[in-house]
Amino acid sequence: MAKIIVITSGKGGVGKTTTSASFAVGLASRGYKTAVIDFDIGLRNLDLIMGCERRVVYDFVNVIRNEANLNQALIRDKHIRDLFILPASQTRDKDALTLEGVSTVLEELSKTFDYIVCDSPAGIERGAQLAMYFADSAIVVTNPEVSSVRDSDRMLGMLSSKTKRAEEGRDPLTEHLLLTRYSPKRVARGDMLSLSDVNEILAIPLLGVIPESQAVLRASNSGDPVILDKESDAGQAYLDAVARFLGENVPHRFIEEKGNWLKRLLRFKEKEIS
Amino acid sequence: MSLSNKISKILDYFQRPEKTSRCAKERLQIIIAHERGSHNKPDYLAALQQDLLNVITKYVAIDREAVKVELERKEGFSVLELNVTLPNLE
Ligand SMILES: Nc1ncnc2c1ncn2[C@@H]1O[C@H](COP(=O)(O)OP(=O)(O)O)[C@@H](O)[C@H]1O
Ligand SMILES: [Mg+2]
Repeated sequence: MAKIIVITSGKGGVGKTTTSASFAVGLASRGYKTAVIDFDIGLRNLDLIMGCERRVVYDFVNVIRNEANLNQALIRDKHIRDLFILPASQTRDKDALTLEGVSTVLEELSKTFDYIVCDSPAGIERGAQLAMYFADSAIVVTNPEVSSVRDSDRMLGMLSSKTKRAEEGRDPLTEHLLLTRYSPKRVARGDMLSLSDVNEILAIPLLGVIPESQAVLRASNSGDPVILDKESDAGQAYLDAVARFLGENVPHRFIEEKGNWLKRLLRFKEKEIS
Repeated sequence: MSLSNKISKILDYFQRPEKTSRCAKERLQIIIAHERGSHNKPDYLAALQQDLLNVITKYVAIDREAVKVELERKEGFSVLELNVTLPNLE
């Protein structure tokens, strides 16, 4: 039986697809057979981030409509043998995803995969609801910014009531907070909500902090998920997050402003005085 | 510009700007506490507005725009503000 992970947020543009791609790569490179599914019907993007856009023939909706079988639609990742991508369809038909169809696909994948990563679309409509419905774990991607935190809180509400686990009264899914696009420098300046602010408000276990990083854009330019850029801060932060997800105890990094001892000293003084 | 004005401008310049992150946190704590409690904003506001309008028009001729109902969420409680603009009553 596969473990189903939904990458969700409510708000768009916070880093769900970036996270889905890196998480899927991270899990698969640890030897787990992993499938990553793009639930953003109409706006296919995961294929670009995974660098397989030119190999898409069939998609998620084709499989649901029995126009292709799952094996035809799954694309094997170019880097890792045990990783497969199921791209979103570009249809504009909002009802293309059905509960039954999604259920069938996930069940079939569950037979042979260890992990299924579901990249949720933004919003709280059907696509987002279906992406979370069958999940065993949720990674709530949040930016240190008011609207993102509020939307994440709404998603937490939905995760605890509108999932299969909740409806069947089973153990609730496990929730993880992933704070992304974090800038310790701006936090130090007082321009950005801090890790502890967000943690206090959302009150779910912290999986990791991904710094705001130029490596992310470089990664999407080349179609190699940022976790493969092992020199980069964001890449390392994703590696850590995957390790924590698998139960390892890894200290948090990239949450303090680096260098500048003078600034730190000044800030220390300031704290002493106030 | 007067001298004292100038001095205060200069002082302002050296003061650290207000930390907006604190403001963000406080606003979030208030709104999220409310949204968690009632799940959503009360949906009786529109109906309440209509009822108020009906009652008031028994006595004074006013139109729909004259009745405003607003809800402001504070920490631990909400303020319901009714604003009725009456026409000149000579
Ligand atoms: N840690 C990060 N640092 C810098 N830019 C980021 C980071 N994470 C995401 N981005 C950028 O933010 C944008 C939205 O990311 P994406 O993963 O597509 O979000 P979503 O799937 O939630 O809409 C992209 O342009 C991406 O490059
Ligand atoms: Mg996306």
